[in-house]
Amino acid sequence: MDSMRIIEVKQSIFADNDEDANKLRSRLKEQKTFLLNMMSSPGSGKTTTLVRTINALSDRLRIGVMEADIDSDVDAWTIAEKTSAKTIQLHTGGMCHLDADMTRQGLKELGTEEIDLAVLENVGNLVCPAEFDTGASKNVMILSVPEGHDKPLKYPLIFTVCDALIINKIDVLPYFDFDMDLVREYAKRRNPKLKIFPICAKTGEGMEAWCDWLYQEVMEWNK
Amino acid sequence: MHELGIVVHITKTLKGIAKENQLKEIASVSLELGEVSGVIPEILTDCWNYYRKKFPLIEEAELKFETLPAVTYCEDCEKTYPTVQYGKKCPHCGSDHTYLIAGNECNIKEIEAC
Ligand SMILES: Nc1nc2c(ncn2[C@@H]2O[C@H](COP(=O)(O)OP(=O)(O)O)[C@@H](O)[C@H]2O)c(=O)[nH]1
Ligand SMILES: [Mg+2]
Ligand SMILES: [Zn+2]
Repeated sequence: MDSMRIIEVKQSIFADNDEDANKLRSRLKEQKTFLLNMMSSPGSGKTTTLVRTINALSDRLRIGVMEADIDSDVDAWTIAEKTSAKTIQLHTGGMCHLDADMTRQGLKELGTEEIDLAVLENVGNLVCPAEFDTGASKNVMILSVPEGHDKPLKYPLIFTVCDALIINKIDVLPYFDFDMDLVREYAKRRNPKLKIFPICAKTGEGMEAWCDWLYQEVMEWNK
Repeated sequence: MHELGIVVHITKTLKGIAKENQLKEIASVSLELGEVSGVIPEILTDCWNYYRKKFPLIEEAELKFETLPAVTYCEDCEKTYPTVQYGKKCPHCGSDHTYLIAGNECNIKEIEAC
């Protein structure tokens, strides 16, 4: 019987996922498929924003959607009913986030050959998805006005891993003491390169700037 | 729920290390958890005890924890302070232009194995 020895590891438990994520990202780059990871609290408007985004871009891009709500397939049905994008439901088995390996399996099921833009609607949560790189080309977070402008102070990590921040539900600004300048300042402090798009997913206000940015990023990635 | 995901990732990492070092059995796994990592050792241990039974490599492995202190930095007075005690507001100058510089860790420090 061999004797036990101590092996020093000194590694973040997220290191293996980071490696999987980087592999997936370079594979997607080769295949010319852009993966967008959408994160937010539950109810911020991911599904509503996604429906509008798909309908604005579907004549220029072939789009596929992976829905990762914890235990329902309501969002997958909504996307399927309101858009022409190919949609699948991922099951996270009760987990609070998707990791790179689950994303890879989802993309396999979705099939990336015929897809220019794959969108992952991540599990509604501001903590766990931020810690697990999914292998996405770009990450976007949606913050809705009722959630308050201090979210970048409370959940700093997600603001540092995102490339874009959508501020949704600007139609209800008159009813909340949400300070648009402060949220910009707090968010930029966490991440100076962050692109910020105030929108109203309900009416479509502000969607054009967001969709233009996304389209440019997809074209750049897939060229 | 977050803890189960973490256990899955620890196991993956351990499998890799076992392969590299030709290990057959792991007796213990020492983790370093930051004070504000949000990981709860008791829940992690419960998830671990459930999950380890699926893999002979870690079936007998015990989880051990070490806590790393959380430290916040103040942008205004450029000092640091203990996060858990004072939170978001700098105790030196009262500013809330502060951010966490340590305490979010979730590391595998070392393992005991053969
Ligand atoms: N007032 C308002 N409501 C919105 C807006 N966008 C979404 N909602 C509503 O917010 C709720 C949650 O939206 P949903 O897209 O399902 O959020 P998800 O959980 O992040 O996917 C729904 O009732 C939407 O109709 C908006 O811009 N303004
Ligand atoms: Mg949704
Ligand atoms: Zn200070």
